[in-house]
Amino acid sequence: MAENTPEPGQTKIELRHVHKWYGDFHVLTDINLEVGKGERVVVCGPSGSGKSTMIRCINRLEEHQRGQILVAGIELTADIKNIEAIRREVGMVFQQFNLFPHLTVLQNLTLAPIWVRKTPKKEAEEAARYYLERVRIPDQADKFPGQLSGGQQQRVAIARSLCMKPEIMLFDEPTSALDPEMIKEVLDVMVELAEEGMTMVCVTHEMGFARTVADTMVFMDRGEIVERSPPKEFFANPKSDRTKLFLSQILAH
Amino acid sequence: MTDITDRDLPLPAENRAPRTHGVLHWLRVNLFSSIFNTLLTLLALYLLAITIPPVIRWALVDAIWSAPNGNACRGDGACWAFVGEKLRFIVFGRYPYDQQWRPLLVVLIFVSLIIASCNRRLWGRRLGALWLGGLVAVGVLMWGGVAGLPYVETLLWSGLPLTLILAVVGMAFGFPLGILLALGRRSDLPAVRAICVAYIELVRGVPLITVLFMASVMLPLFLPSGFTVDKLLRAQIAFILFAAAYLAEIVRGGLQAIPKGQVEAADALGLGYWQRTRLIVLPQALALVIPPLVNTFIGAFKDTSLVIIIGLFDLLGTVNAALSDANWQGFYVEAYVTVAAIYFCFCFFMSRYSQMLEREFNKSRRR
Repeated sequence: MAENTPEPGQTKIELRHVHKWYGDFHVLTDINLEVGKGERVVVCGPSGSGKSTMIRCINRLEEHQRGQILVAGIELTADIKNIEAIRREVGMVFQQFNLFPHLTVLQNLTLAPIWVRKTPKKEAEEAARYYLERVRIPDQADKFPGQLSGGQQQRVAIARSLCMKPEIMLFDEPTSALDPEMIKEVLDVMVELAEEGMTMVCVTHEMGFARTVADTMVFMDRGEIVERSPPKEFFANPKSDRTKLFLSQILAH
Repeated sequence: MTDITDRDLPLPAENRAPRTHGVLHWLRVNLFSSIFNTLLTLLALYLLAITIPPVIRWALVDAIWSAPNGNACRGDGACWAFVGEKLRFIVFGRYPYDQQWRPLLVVLIFVSLIIASCNRRLWGRRLGALWLGGLVAVGVLMWGGVAGLPYVETLLWSGLPLTLILAVVGMAFGFPLGILLALGRRSDLPAVRAICVAYIELVRGVPLITVLFMASVMLPLFLPSGFTVDKLLRAQIAFILFAAAYLAEIVRGGLQAIPKGQVEAADALGLGYWQRTRLIVLPQALALVIPPLVNTFIGAFKDTSLVIIIGLFDLLGTVNAALSDANWQGFYVEAYVTVAAIYFCFCFFMSRYSQMLEREFNKSRRR
């Protein structure tokens, strides 16, 4: 569909007046967000502020109840065809890695390309080895995820998403479940990815990473986007008191 | 890897782990580690001492291995001559005597199919085709009526081949049906869920024996006269439906144990429902429930002996028929020991097979 093909500089993700409730609890309140092609957005905020819920709405792991979400020009509706089309173009990295424990690293990487993209097995394996090299674990292809360290598992998870050649990558607290000494190896891979121009939305508390790569900082609290600004401004003079409080808490140590 | 070379260096004596082998050490740790364990060990030895020798005397020393008839075979020991005389009948039953090479071939086909299934490298389409071909061959051999084989009606099928057909076909169809029921019970569609729940609860709530009775006695009353469904087929369907309901609940247990993140990761990669279920969810779920699955398979295998009440002559039926021979009366123990041994061979094999599968599947979980 021609009208769905985004042009350079065009909006990749658009959330318009998005609301979501868990029962009576209003998790997302009137969320408006635009992410352009190649833009790196870092979302931060206290726990329970709705950051993960928002990012999970973008590939419909959570359903929004009001408002519009457009990804790569396609609107997310209950239509499973649309949802699957969007998920093919949107990679996601989870806090808990969620690698498939019964498959080897190589099989984890080639599964979706082979079954979803119908890539020939040999081609998919070549691509998988290329991405394993990119995330700096070329020699673990035949191991099972349980045999790798947390940092290695998360890098495999990133490579697994990249094997689908997505236009957009979503990161849902990718370093929160890692031991401190492994955080850097994952962040390094993410920085590289950002430098190559990948469109990224990243929920994280790693403010150093945010300063390095973010084009836009988004601060959420109690289901709302409180502040949205370039990182320099965001860290130097935050406008809202809630942002100031959050930053003072997270940057204090 | 410096830590490994460190570990390989000889340690000073006081840092070495205590010796953990040798017969005396094994005895102390496993049999005499405390006063209570010592007492238990002695009690067990005493029980073995008073039970084993009489059994050996009965089964081997005093046993009679050949005799012309029952009266010549009475003594203190077992009468294996009876089993020798009747074994062919016990195994093949009322199947026409001169055609019994056909059920023999059927048993061999089943055994080789099962053995082929043990080799995980063969798993896939080819094994599926092998099973399909095997089942067709079994049908052709048992029924006949083609390729110069005389036709044999199902009422004459009996003994071990009948037991194997009921069990293997019951599981081969019951297992996939059970998986579908388990998936249906967790479906988002209320109608599908309700049907699956109702089916599972209904079938589990009724004894198999009543369903077999109903299928054989009551069903014909409701059907228009002249319209009959083969008795064996009715029993077979009852087995399939029963196995499916029990297996469904076991599979559901496995499905529930799969972390939500696995489904989300598969969704996020763009996999559809059936791809996700087949490639991600089921392989993990089924591997988790191998022990209860095999438990149910073994149970279902032995449940096939219930068909005796509707007049089908499975292994147990042929044994009973053999016992009613006027020339050989009263050899119940020998007969039932024999048939128990046949059942045991198959069940023990299933149990060993499940242990092998568990080891195989747990390789990925090993760190």
